[in-house]
Amino acid sequence: MRYHAVESFEDAVRIAASSRGTTRFLAGGTDVLVQLRAGLVQPDDLIDLKKINGVKDITRRADGGWDIGAAVSGAELGAHAALCRDWPGVVEGMRLVGSTQVQGRATLTGNLCNGSPAADSVPGLVAAGATATLIGPEGTRTIPVAEIPKGPGRTNLKPGEVIKAIHLPPCGANAGDAYLRFIPRTEMDIAVVGCAVSLRLDGDRVSEARVALGAVAPTVMLVPEAGAALVGSTLDDAALDALVTAARAACRPISDKRGTVEFRIEVAGVLARRAALIAYARAKGETA
Amino acid sequence: MTKIHVTTTVNGETAEFLTDPRETLLDVLRNQLGLTGSKEGCGTGDCGACSVLVDGVLVSSCLVLGVEAQGKTIETIEGMADPKGDLHPLQRKFIEHAALQCGFCTPGVLVAAKALLAQNPDPTETEIRYWLAGNLCRCTGYDKIVRAVQDAAAEMRGAA
Ligand code: FES
Ligand code: FES
Repeated sequence: MRYHAVESFEDAVRIAASSRGTTRFLAGGTDVLVQLRAGLVQPDDLIDLKKINGVKDITRRADGGWDIGAAVSGAELGAHAALCRDWPGVVEGMRLVGSTQVQGRATLTGNLCNGSPAADSVPGLVAAGATATLIGPEGTRTIPVAEIPKGPGRTNLKPGEVIKAIHLPPCGANAGDAYLRFIPRTEMDIAVVGCAVSLRLDGDRVSEARVALGAVAPTVMLVPEAGAALVGSTLDDAALDALVTAARAACRPISDKRGTVEFRIEVAGVLARRAALIAYARAKGETA
Repeated sequence: MTKIHVTTTVNGETAEFLTDPRETLLDVLRNQLGLTGSKEGCGTGDCGACSVLVDGVLVSSCLVLGVEAQGKTIETIEGMADPKGDLHPLQRKFIEHAALQCGFCTPGVLVAAKALLAQNPDPTETEIRYWLAGNLCRCTGYDKIVRAVQDAAAEMRGAA
């Protein structure tokens, strides 16, 4: 295995394109090193992105949105007060990944590219309407994060493509988001179900809402019907019931040692309701 | 296999080594630098026994490659007591509270606890338990660990 500590994404892409074998990119490394050790991947070329200028930057754009570099760790996200104020749900999803030690290294980009349907940081990004800039042999493109997961362990990145940065839209006024997951303990586990809700209010009424579910389908997914169930409401019981019904209807989970199909569908509704209430309270300026 | 030459700082001293790029920082510390205080409990980032600081950030050294140490500052359990051999307050309190049995998890717990107190000198029990959730201990039941950390924190704040 050759190790390349590149100084630009262009170099990273060039090395990946000229590699005759397997390539892996190293952002945080918390998944890649485990796969190396288990022998699941035997890269010929390992391309370390952490020395590229700007990959550790969190930048507020002129429009009020955020650019998050590919190697920003969970700990760094959590320490960024202004970002936490704008997108608390996105940050709390990432902060649930692994231990304090893992947080020192793990990245949003890596969690996304690992392709797990249970990735805790991805529903928050999808609900937020985040996008990602990809660079590859054919150039640069920006696509919604929601379009990146393809199936367990698979993404829609083209061969040789790598994510440069993740972009969050401006959160704007009267907005709030939240992420909740169910695990049978309080820490250090993989989501049995995860749910993120991002919404905006006009007075007491929900004017926009996006709901994303994790671990109940082959990929994290946006559930437009669940968001639509909230729009126009004041989050009254009827709207919440409609949300729960829509969230459950979208679930296509598997049964495994973490939970059965029935349990996951049930919990998806429960989490959607609770996450919506937290997001609503945050949009109202309450600290929840 | 071409080995890569790495220069780094470990516990305040310059260290150099040649490493296969697949080798983890944990393996380098243990097998090349003779620093066997950091333990391998799992090798997959789950147990925290290999905890070290890299540029002040708490990480699992089994999830860091040796080559990534180039130009960095590494702190391990071996650097915790002062050079004269006086134990760090956390180390003393772990002994006083009998916060270890087999001791396999202890270096990792101590390194992690020190990192916690550096950024939060007065953590609550809940904060300690969440911070240390990635440090698995199969012996103590954690209670004595938490109390030892609280007691050390109090002493370090000058409150004891
Ligand atoms: S050996 Fe590194 S976390 Fe267990
Ligand atoms: S003292 Fe034995 S594992 Fe913690």
